[in-house]
Amino acid sequence: MPDRPDFQFESEASPPQLTLSGDWTVHTIRDVSQRLAAVQKSDVKELQADCTDLGRLDTAGAFIIDRFACRAGAGEVKAVNASPQVSALLEQAASLRPEEHEEKSKTEYGVVDLLERTGRTTMSFLEETTATLAFLGETIASMAHMVTRPSKMRWTALVSVMEDSGLDAVPIVAFLSFFVGMVIAFIGATTLSEFGATIFTVELVGFAVLREFGVVITAIILAGRTNSAFTAQIGAMRMRQEVDALVTLGLNPMDVLVVPRAFAMLVMTPILTLIAALFGLGGGVFVSWLALDINPTVFINRLQSAVPVANFWVGMSKAPVFGLVVALIGCRQGLQVGGSVQSLGQSTTKSVVQAIFSIIVIDAMFALFYLELGI
Amino acid sequence: MSGEETAIKVRGLTTAYGEHKVHEGLDLDVRKGEILGVIGPSGTGKSVLLRAIVGLKAPSEGTVEVFGENVTDLRGDELRKVQNLWGIMFQDGALFSNLTVRENVMVPMREHTDLPLGLMQQLADQKLRMSGLEDSAGPKFPSDLSGGMRKRAALARALALDPPILFLDEPTAGLDPITAGAFDSLVRELQSALSLTVFLVTHDVDTLAATCDRIAVLGRKKVIATGTIDELRQNEDPWIQDYFCGPRGRAAQAGRS
Repeated sequence: MPDRPDFQFESEASPPQLTLSGDWTVHTIRDVSQRLAAVQKSDVKELQADCTDLGRLDTAGAFIIDRFACRAGAGEVKAVNASPQVSALLEQAASLRPEEHEEKSKTEYGVVDLLERTGRTTMSFLEETTATLAFLGETIASMAHMVTRPSKMRWTALVSVMEDSGLDAVPIVAFLSFFVGMVIAFIGATTLSEFGATIFTVELVGFAVLREFGVVITAIILAGRTNSAFTAQIGAMRMRQEVDALVTLGLNPMDVLVVPRAFAMLVMTPILTLIAALFGLGGGVFVSWLALDINPTVFINRLQSAVPVANFWVGMSKAPVFGLVVALIGCRQGLQVGGSVQSLGQSTTKSVVQAIFSIIVIDAMFALFYLELGI
Repeated sequence: MSGEETAIKVRGLTTAYGEHKVHEGLDLDVRKGEILGVIGPSGTGKSVLLRAIVGLKAPSEGTVEVFGENVTDLRGDELRKVQNLWGIMFQDGALFSNLTVRENVMVPMREHTDLPLGLMQQLADQKLRMSGLEDSAGPKFPSDLSGGMRKRAALARALALDPPILFLDEPTAGLDPITAGAFDSLVRELQSALSLTVFLVTHDVDTLAATCDRIAVLGRKKVIATGTIDELRQNEDPWIQDYFCGPRGRAAQAGRS
């Protein structure tokens, strides 16, 4: 066990003397550091430290002894009866004294600060929006350029992204849409049965799934699954300077990284939406058949006669837009990643939040648009 | 300082990744208060040896003793206790990127001591100054520092608790010669001021020449030679000959004399 460190300070002696005993190490100095700090003394020209009974001393111990000397106004501590190592440590501590530092301004959390942060957040929101739109333009230009010269298209990358974020997402999209279809049918059934109008469940499921849920659920799954993957992939490449390497090799990161992903999402999102719509209707059929005694044939006949096919096209028309949004935001945030691991995490979070936010806002805009058109 | 006491004693160490044995029956002594340089061709397990000594890689056979205490296969609290005996500086610094430089140095203090926050901050600043960083580096994040400054910050963190043993993994890799030279003399200075025992893995002939008291050469799964740089120059082994008597080795020799 280390000996408890202790000290005695004789301010009247000439020169003033500090008698040290015990072990002064980082593990033991807690109490003694506070006691030493509490000793009030100033205008000491010279401080002498008697180290006869001093046990072990490390840089932390030397630091608090020297801090005391420094505060009392003394220069270097003169060690008496000290081992060469102890003197060396005290000497080193004296040579490492901090420069006179000004008081740090504390962060304020007042009203002004609140307003300031609100302003900053608003500005950064506007800037983000502008930058995302600029990136959209840049991407569309690159995509158009690519269409005119298909030989420059990276087909392997395109197919690989289509598999990763399209084909591999089929099971989860199908599964979740089926369940959402079931839930809508159940809610419809319980509410409509009060009016004896359970057959209208078909319309409810048809409109909801074809027009909104199929495509929105697909887009949100893609935002969580594919969008974050895009950010992480491209972000990791940024961190390891692979993107810089691309540029120096004369390759355009837009062409190599962004365009294949954008095209892949443009193609795969409608396909996934179709699958989601089919499975969503399947969930509705399943519940109607088991719980409402509407058999599948009746369901499908009624669906064909009562739900205009325009609803399906309304849903499908949104799919490529959402796909593009997911790809764009994912790639843009990936390219924003800086050098640190932390910025990768921040970008990934931002990317998912922005994607889901944009999907819902754009969906609302579509709803208004089609309402005006009367579809 | 008695030069003959042993700080780290490795006996019959065998480490393996699956079927591939990296070391087989390796013996090595690190004397108290010396700087031991460990060299060897790439892939001979210099870093693995370091990892095995500090308990990051469990050896399949053999023992590691630190100050006479067996530290092989320690777990939990016992391991935590012996971990206070050493500080490690990893190759790329391994600073926590979500903490400022000063907070990085405070991490071991928070974990292992009960000091008040203000004192910890002052101590961390002192450690940073000791490693040759300006006070202004403290509130910065590791990503804002240059490679050389990151290494210095990593050294400050390794020394946070004044451990008697310091492990350095490739301390000068990726630094320009001037920064590397400054780092070498910093290690030398701190070693003598704090009476550290230093275990230094390196590729850099200049670092070896400038800092190390003794050098151990790894090869063929064992330590094939130990000795001072001049003793190793007399060694017959072709790799050692190439290493010290090749163009870069000769340049380092010329720089030293």
